[in-house]
Amino acid sequence: MNTGQIISGAGHLALIGWALFGGVFKSEPLPFEVTEVTAISGEEFAALLARQEAPETVVDVATPQPPEEDSAPDLGSAADAQPELTKPEVADTPPPDERPDVSELAPPAEAEVSDEAPELTPPSEDVAILVPDTAPEAKPQDADRVAPEPVAQPEPDVKVDDVVQPETVPDEAAETPREETDATAPEEATTEIVTEAEEPAQTAVTSSLRPKTRPARPEPEEPTETAQTTPEDETPNTDESSVNDALVEALGGGETGQAAPSGPPLTRGEKDALRVAVQQCWNVGSLSTDALQVTVVVGVKLDETGKPTSIKQLDATGGSGSAVSKAYEAARRAVLRCGAKGFDLPRDKYDHWRDIEMTFNPEKMRIK
Amino acid sequence: MKWFLTLLMALTMFAAPVAAQSPGPLRIEIDEGVIEPLPYAVPDFVADSGTAAELGRNIARVIAADLTGTGLFRELPKEAFISQITSFSSPVQFADWKAINAQALITGGVSVDAAGKLVVRFRVYDVFAGQELGQGLQLVGTQEGWRRMAHKVADQVYSRITGEGGYFDSRVVFVAESGPKDNRAKRLAIMDYDGANVKYLTDSSAIVLAPRFSPTGDRILYTSYETGEPRIYVLDIASVGRRVLESQAGTMSFAPRFGPDGQTVIYSQTAGGNTDLFSMNIGSGASTRLTNAPSIETAPSFSPDGSQIVFESDRSGTPQLYVMSSRGGEARRISFGQGRYGTPVWSPRGDLVAFTKQSKGRFHIGVMRLDGSEERLLTASFLDEGPTWAPNGRVIMFTRETQGASGRASLYSVDISGRNLKPVQTETGASDPAWSPLQN
Repeated sequence: MNTGQIISGAGHLALIGWALFGGVFKSEPLPFEVTEVTAISGEEFAALLARQEAPETVVDVATPQPPEEDSAPDLGSAADAQPELTKPEVADTPPPDERPDVSELAPPAEAEVSDEAPELTPPSEDVAILVPDTAPEAKPQDADRVAPEPVAQPEPDVKVDDVVQPETVPDEAAETPREETDATAPEEATTEIVTEAEEPAQTAVTSSLRPKTRPARPEPEEPTETAQTTPEDETPNTDESSVNDALVEALGGGETGQAAPSGPPLTRGEKDALRVAVQQCWNVGSLSTDALQVTVVVGVKLDETGKPTSIKQLDATGGSGSAVSKAYEAARRAVLRCGAKGFDLPRDKYDHWRDIEMTFNPEKMRIK
Repeated sequence: MKWFLTLLMALTMFAAPVAAQSPGPLRIEIDEGVIEPLPYAVPDFVADSGTAAELGRNIARVIAADLTGTGLFRELPKEAFISQITSFSSPVQFADWKAINAQALITGGVSVDAAGKLVVRFRVYDVFAGQELGQGLQLVGTQEGWRRMAHKVADQVYSRITGEGGYFDSRVVFVAESGPKDNRAKRLAIMDYDGANVKYLTDSSAIVLAPRFSPTGDRILYTSYETGEPRIYVLDIASVGRRVLESQAGTMSFAPRFGPDGQTVIYSQTAGGNTDLFSMNIGSGASTRLTNAPSIETAPSFSPDGSQIVFESDRSGTPQLYVMSSRGGEARRISFGQGRYGTPVWSPRGDLVAFTKQSKGRFHIGVMRLDGSEERLLTASFLDEGPTWAPNGRVIMFTRETQGASGRASLYSVDISGRNLKPVQTETGASDPAWSPLQN
């Protein structure tokens, strides 16, 4: 045994001995409140009650005398002095404005008005005006895969894989040869099913005929003034801003639900990472509508590399028979597929994740 | 006593940390997943002879077309296979199929017995679990019927993976159309659900409309203008024999549909300019009036248990959907959205109604619950109409007609989620489809 262990052992023994024999566990009387009482006889009790009878009325009580009238204090005050009023000075009247000289202004020319009707040039008929382009509402794109997070369509030459990786080619000039790998990217995904009825209409009207305008009655021109009209901004006020609803869950501190001696429990972030890993493989697309009503609880045992060693159904609610069986099989496939290479979990917390209960609840997946 | 309690507490102090070294299981809830086609592999079925080899290849192709055509499955190409299935009885190398991400594997064998009968065996595997889904099954039939046997295998595979019945071994009766739009010839035709094996049941001498299968799939009700007025006929598919249902003089009968008992028929009858719903016993010919309103009541459809009917009526001013007892009585309106609703059809599962909706110049096929909730429009086009349900209630087939003088009617199908909208291949123009129940 090394010195540390000896010291530790001695210390623990001393602590235990002190706890057992040092009076730590010695019982002490609990403090309590004491109230003194006295026993009295029946006569004494009657005497006590007798003393509580109403007292006799006393008639001869000295009444205080009211104060004399002359003693009131003098509250008079001197009259205020008349304020002096001074007449304000009258300001000098300003000189009248000079009359403007209008002799140089020419009189307005008379408008020439003829009795002939003006020739109207109506706009050419059937001129189409384009309906201003308004940005369509942001809708999920159509894709074969529906996932919690949308994924853009990868480039045509890119292989589908869970990780994004650029293409690498051998570099002959490099000292260490580099392995040739294909570019990879996740498969295109949308967040919900887009039906044909929800897609933008291909046959929707994008232009319309301008309505024929009624010719306006001609009015005599105003000879001296020309109306300055400011063209209004007719740009449609469309809200084209699309809102990015990316929600980032804050990573919290340690869990307090489980107590374990070997290191802290999994953080919420580590649990979320496991949950996301499993849900990426939980494919409910091939489940029946009955199976999509079933919530199944699956018990999973993992080895130290994070690979599943056993999976069993612990509980199921919301269905029976074949529906439960198919719901369990889909959950089992999810765990086996995404755990095939081992879930990415902290090795030093193995005690906390060797046994996992996964509840697969398809409620949100019924209508996507 | 005091010493005993002291000792017990001391032991508890030491025992507690030991117990804490075995924490309970980690609990997580998965409430979001993905919806994507499930990758599967179906190698050619192994044959024991040259004749059977071609059948083995063809059967595997039909199974793959059935499964992939649902939109729920994705076939892995043969070129990706690492190991080959050379014997139906050999153990499966699951690691090889896992490596190509095949989540389901279908293996099979084909042979022709001494009597010339085709024998098809198959197994379905969950590759990642390394287990067989269900048990192996063997089918025996004629060599000419190999397509039906393939459809039956596909139905089994579909059912074992999804948990609901298949619909591949079923047929569709429809109106085959040919000729220009203003002089179009129409006749009844029947085909496999995937467009194969088309047979014509009537000639094109008279306009025919709205064929409907009996619950057993052996008879068809349809409307014909053979006499100049619309009359309801019942046709036996096997013999192609037909007879007209009795009707009152001076009336027009149309929009017939079988009840689940196969003996009751509900239909619309127009007399004196008013259209109401009637019920008739197909054996006795006795009819019963179900509605008596000045409005137009038409397109009735039975609930799966036969207790109620859903139909179309314009009693509120515009065509809407109503539900009432199959014996008549007060009707309850279930459609309240904007637009016109028509041709309702009750789902074989009983939970949904499919319908045609006209709104804002476009036609839609949609579904809603029986209380009118959860309306979901699945399609949108110049003209979509006349939905019919697959036997498992998961897929809807309908007519889509294109615009213009050269417009053509054709059949389309769509999943009730709105996914997998696709045309059904037919030789000619096609309209008014009706899906049969699963064949025996």
